[in-house]
Amino acid sequence: MVKGAVDDDVAEADIISTVEFNHSGELLATGDKGGRVVIFQQEQENKTQSHSRGEYNVYSTFQSHEPEFDYLKSLEIEEKINKIRWLPQKNAAQFLLSTNDKTIKLWKISERDKRPEGYNLKEEDGRYRDPTTVTTLRVPVFRPMDLMVEASPRRIFANAHTYHINSISINSDYETYLSADDLRINLWHLEITDRSFNIVDIKPANMEELTEVITAAEFHPNSCNTFVYSSSKGTIRLCDMRASALCDRHSKLFEEPEDPSNRSFFSEIISSISDVKFSHSGRYMMTRDYLSVKIWDLNMENRPVETYQVHEYLRSKLCSLYENDCIFDKFECCWNGSDSIVMTGSYNNFFRMFDRNTKRDITLEASRENNKPRTVLKPRKVCASGKRKKDEISVDSLDFNKKILHTAWHPKENIIAVATTNNLYIFQDKMN
Amino acid sequence: MFMRGLKRKCFDGEEDIEETLAGIKAIPSYNLQRQSLLDMSLVKLQLCHMLVEPNLCRSVLIANTVRQIQEEMTQDGTWQMINMQNTGQASVDRLVSTDILCRSSREQAEGKHVPGYSTFSKDFEGDQAQDSSETMSTASSVQALRNLQSNVWEMENSQENKGNFQKSLDQIFETLENKSPNSVEDLFSEVDNSYYDLDTMLTGMMSNTKMGHCDGLEPFPSPTTTTSSSNCKSDLNELDHIVEILVES
Repeated sequence: MVKGAVDDDVAEADIISTVEFNHSGELLATGDKGGRVVIFQQEQENKTQSHSRGEYNVYSTFQSHEPEFDYLKSLEIEEKINKIRWLPQKNAAQFLLSTNDKTIKLWKISERDKRPEGYNLKEEDGRYRDPTTVTTLRVPVFRPMDLMVEASPRRIFANAHTYHINSISINSDYETYLSADDLRINLWHLEITDRSFNIVDIKPANMEELTEVITAAEFHPNSCNTFVYSSSKGTIRLCDMRASALCDRHSKLFEEPEDPSNRSFFSEIISSISDVKFSHSGRYMMTRDYLSVKIWDLNMENRPVETYQVHEYLRSKLCSLYENDCIFDKFECCWNGSDSIVMTGSYNNFFRMFDRNTKRDITLEASRENNKPRTVLKPRKVCASGKRKKDEISVDSLDFNKKILHTAWHPKENIIAVATTNNLYIFQDKMN
Repeated sequence: MFMRGLKRKCFDGEEDIEETLAGIKAIPSYNLQRQSLLDMSLVKLQLCHMLVEPNLCRSVLIANTVRQIQEEMTQDGTWQMINMQNTGQASVDRLVSTDILCRSSREQAEGKHVPGYSTFSKDFEGDQAQDSSETMSTASSVQALRNLQSNVWEMENSQENKGNFQKSLDQIFETLENKSPNSVEDLFSEVDNSYYDLDTMLTGMMSNTKMGHCDGLEPFPSPTTTTSSSNCKSDLNELDHIVEILVES
């Protein structure tokens, strides 16, 4: 399934900036550069069509953030949605957190499929009746109506970040969450909007000494006192909130020693971690840097347990990628539900999956050509140098404007959502 | 189109002499590549200031790269070699302060707003008095390299292109702040752009970046017409005017 504009013109505001399944996988939320959130819902499984799972259709669309202007600094605050995180469902309504560079909002998405009819003092269209015309009394009753999905902002968490928010993560206690910007991480309570606690601060006293920023942060899925944050120097710090109020001293520092044979002026830039994700089990975490995906065992700090090369053929092109700024692209990564496969995006609308057990990997392309429903995607291959085989694509013909930065995997089934610039592709595995 | 990725050379102490001799022939291309990378990084940092709000992570990474190049150039002796050849330039120390990139963020943090370029220029002139032992002079280094290897280099871009680039930058600097543009002009007048196509690079960068206040910068890489440059000037003048009001109040 492909969702999004059919034409090739990319409207700036439609660029997808985040993708996230909810905890059951029934809902899929996307945020875009224009500040909108679009939620897709999976159709209930059709018993007769047992060979395919339900399709995802638009469930709700709302404007989450508006562009703002910071008058003090004379700067625009972009409305682009940087991250969406779902809360686990507690009642009939769904809740999600969405954030732009500066403000986090808690949205309630609720359904309305009944409405009261038969008021005594109001007509059906809402006009008030003249009380003198009322001769009998009746009790209003609920009657079914067309499903209406409403989104309303329940909390607005603002004015806590000087720098741009890059991550939000909900704690396993389901009461608190963290928000991270380039230099600080704050802890919030979902009910309290006028106060947050600063738990990490790496801003140097003299900004001239700034050499490292925070790039991503996440709470541990099971331990409500543990979180990690990654940096632009390729390190990950695990912090325990029980140790102190300000977690500037890490409990663990994960860093792989540099490979001297690969050293170049770009070493630091490509080691910058763009995303960090805990496995569902909580035993491992995955980091994405420019060229690779690394899996770390939380018990071993000195090196990752697994490393997967995403697009090693780009290593010799780093200078041009620095020139055109592609080297600063922030790719995300994700686990499948059973933590056996990891997935991340690349250029030319390619995305890659790595099976941790079989050690096999595959490159697939999200494009309109193979869009027909139920066509099986053909594996793609990039030829780094030398003779190009048939069906291979050479590095120089890769389109670096077509990048897949955001991907998501259904928490229970083998359904994936892949975002190209302004289209959302939803793929599922072939069922026999 | 693609440049080779740069590999860092490891100068082993024992094989110093041999390697240096052999290396001298290889040094020019490595040094020139390194220099062009440095120039590219500096331009990127400068353009950062034109954005609505620079991406701090990107700025920090570019600044670290610049610092790394500077350190290497100071360490591996090419800097001394350049200094010896440098007759009239010794006293002219153009200091590249990496707090350039931090300025806008810091000013944000402190709640002040200062236009990126005037701040840069202030640092620039203020730093001139600082001890230059750890910093390097970009302009003079480029000048020196040119002296060393003028017969090797091929000037692919015509003087006209270079002049246009310089002229556009100068216009921007002049309109953004009232200080004498000489010092800033000098910094960029020495930038040699024969090793990469600046036009393509800048066009690429410009189209990717969000132009906040000044749309007149869009035609920047190509030879500027009077209308576009005057648009640019008027937009920037307005900005300057607004900033003056804000700062004074």
